[in-house]
Amino acid sequence: MELLDLSFFTSAIRMISPILLAALGGALCARVGIFNVGLEGLILAGAFSAIVGNYYSGSVLVAVLTGALGSVLVSLLFGLAAIRLKANPIVAGIAINFLVLGLTTFGLRAIFDVKGAFYDKNMEGLPKLDIPVIEGIPVVGKLLSGHSPLVYIAFLAAILLYIFFYRTVTGFRVLAVGKNEAAARSLGLKVTLLQYGAIVACGILCGLAGAQLSLGQVTMFTEGMTAGRGFIALVAMMLGQSHPIGIVGSSLLFGLMDALSIRLQGFSMPTQFTAMLPYIITIFAMFFLKDRGADSQLSGQQSSR
Amino acid sequence: MTYVLEMKEMTKKYGEFLANDKISIHLKKGEVLAIVGENGAGKTTLMRMLYGLEQPTSGEIILNGRNVKFSGPLDAIENGIGMVHQHFMLFSDFTVTENIVIGHEPKRNGFFNRKAAAEKVKELSDQYKINVNPLKKAGDCSIGEQQRIEILKVLYQGADIIILDEPTAVLTPLEVEELLKTIEFLALQGKSIILITHKLPEVMKVADQITVLRNGRVTGNVLKQHTDVEQLATLMVGRELQKLTQRVQLDGEPLLVVDNLTIGGKEEKPILDDLSLTVHRGEIVGIAGVSGNGQSELILAITGLRKIDNGSIRLGETILDGTSVANRRSAGLAHIPEDRYLWGAAKEATVEETGLMGYYRKKTFNQSSFIRLNGFRELLKGWIDRFEIKTPSLDEKSGNLSGGNLQKLIVARELGFETDFLIAAEPTRGVDIGAMEYIHEAIIEKRNNGDGVLLVSSELTEILTLSDRIAVMYEGKIVDILNRKEATEEKLSVLMAGGN
Repeated sequence: MELLDLSFFTSAIRMISPILLAALGGALCARVGIFNVGLEGLILAGAFSAIVGNYYSGSVLVAVLTGALGSVLVSLLFGLAAIRLKANPIVAGIAINFLVLGLTTFGLRAIFDVKGAFYDKNMEGLPKLDIPVIEGIPVVGKLLSGHSPLVYIAFLAAILLYIFFYRTVTGFRVLAVGKNEAAARSLGLKVTLLQYGAIVACGILCGLAGAQLSLGQVTMFTEGMTAGRGFIALVAMMLGQSHPIGIVGSSLLFGLMDALSIRLQGFSMPTQFTAMLPYIITIFAMFFLKDRGADSQLSGQQSSR
Repeated sequence: MTYVLEMKEMTKKYGEFLANDKISIHLKKGEVLAIVGENGAGKTTLMRMLYGLEQPTSGEIILNGRNVKFSGPLDAIENGIGMVHQHFMLFSDFTVTENIVIGHEPKRNGFFNRKAAAEKVKELSDQYKINVNPLKKAGDCSIGEQQRIEILKVLYQGADIIILDEPTAVLTPLEVEELLKTIEFLALQGKSIILITHKLPEVMKVADQITVLRNGRVTGNVLKQHTDVEQLATLMVGRELQKLTQRVQLDGEPLLVVDNLTIGGKEEKPILDDLSLTVHRGEIVGIAGVSGNGQSELILAITGLRKIDNGSIRLGETILDGTSVANRRSAGLAHIPEDRYLWGAAKEATVEETGLMGYYRKKTFNQSSFIRLNGFRELLKGWIDRFEIKTPSLDEKSGNLSGGNLQKLIVARELGFETDFLIAAEPTRGVDIGAMEYIHEAIIEKRNNGDGVLLVSSELTEILTLSDRIAVMYEGKIVDILNRKEATEEKLSVLMAGGN
């Protein structure tokens, strides 16, 4: 087995999608002035509810929808705390992460009566989509075709989000809220509504990210299976400056690292060591971030005579 | 004669406090009404009620003969009332066009049509002769340009009555001229303007009608041709302004000596360029200049808040350059900073804590590293009385004080150090006429005691009133030093713009 063969890149593309989806959700929140540290919890909630939906309905579509719904509910809880109750979003986000970790572990026992992980061989995973025409092209076909629909949806979401931000009126107003909330309010923009909208959309995207994790490769749920991907998504969001295309780039980087860490295990590197890779990159990425990232609020008021 | 706007017996109570007591104003089409008054006179409250940000306790607003009630700014905007806020409400990352059209964006097939928006802005800018570059980022615009964006925004929203809240506060003299022209032109086009200010010379230039407020009441309503600056000032302050204390002739020895001071300039233009300056004992040296010509850096360099690349700074016998801020202060330097929030106070600190800053080093208030508050409170109360600092209590957060009151507190604190040398940067920024008088008085008194003062101000009148010598800064250099007698506003303006 070679280190960097075609299947490595194929798996990298698969690894990207949860990070990309969650990072786009995080970007939406950042753009309305809410720094959402709860991505990790939202993904986990999505992963768990997708499995629950799958187990009880037997339908993959329903599973994905319940995944999104579960994540949206948690996301709304976060929104309630951060917007309505004006809690510090960082604290609320961390609380969400721990809440979901506990809640899903508890759910595993309460619903499936298992510890650690749940697996049922009757559950159906996400289908692989073969794209006509592209499928036939050598190399490219192998690379781009045959992924789960959520992988394609992730990239599509990035493009749609780009159009939304920079071409539509509502997107323009969303950006305005994040840049200067006071000014947006003085213009009579519906700031709170836009913020809740972003929170819900973030929930949906994170739910899809979770569904990809639990249904994409092996159809199962394990405790804390997100393994820090929500935080990596957060970094991807910051590295990409909350810009959809930038986020695609940074997610690509982290997806590659994720895939690399798995691949290196095949070269008899210790798992514990290879699992560090994405995080080492994260630390390096932080050097380049400095204080850029999603700029918001701080309007630098000059004092006046 | 019909009025486009009448506000009748407007009253606003906050608990027991009467912010507005039966204030009435009226405005005709194409008229400029100036509402003048000191801080806390009730100007802002009155305008907030007109703009729908506050609900009146009683009184009525009659717009074009109709009785109206506004529940929010959107209501006011829809009824043709626009407000240019004192602190601009701009998105610095957005273009000029985006800032103007936001809220009423032109659309095509549901998408934001930026091209049409830019064209509309261009049209509006031509129509009202308000010059902006539609595609520039608002954050890259000068303060004057940013204000023009705000005015265009209000016009774009269809305002017929435009409220300008302290519009000249942040502008350079040239920008003020331009703004006054714009106001006159807008009035000529049939827009009615309400100008909130406490700068009387500007009022006398553009206003048709002037309403004076004091302590929440109308103390006068006059037409421009029937009044003058002195009468307005008396109405505003409630007493006649005193003449400033006579200056004592002093020929003191050099106190602050700055030699060949340079900051920056290896590859690009230096911020301070080989600058030398001396302030003697018993002298006020004023620094005039358009802001951004190195004045701020000069102050920061002297006070030790910024590193210098070359040169020396001496205060009396002490060499200052290379030493810490604390050392410089104990060597006899006090500093009224130009930005009170950045350098002068902590917003979250209480009034008492803000006052105490620096004093905890003094032996009197520091007993083996424990702070003694008792003696200090007396001192603080003395300042509050002398400068009429309005604060609910000593425990109020500094950030909750109005800008003028916080400024007075900082001025009192820095004067209270009783140092040989004082840097006064924009000492009266945001304070009203009465308090300005006290501050000017205190600075001259300090000079007469034989102390040296370096005054930096963007207000030429202030420079001309106080300074013994005036140094004009342009592009990091002192281009000329004029004596008090030879300096005029015209001469200084030319020098400030880089001319001879």
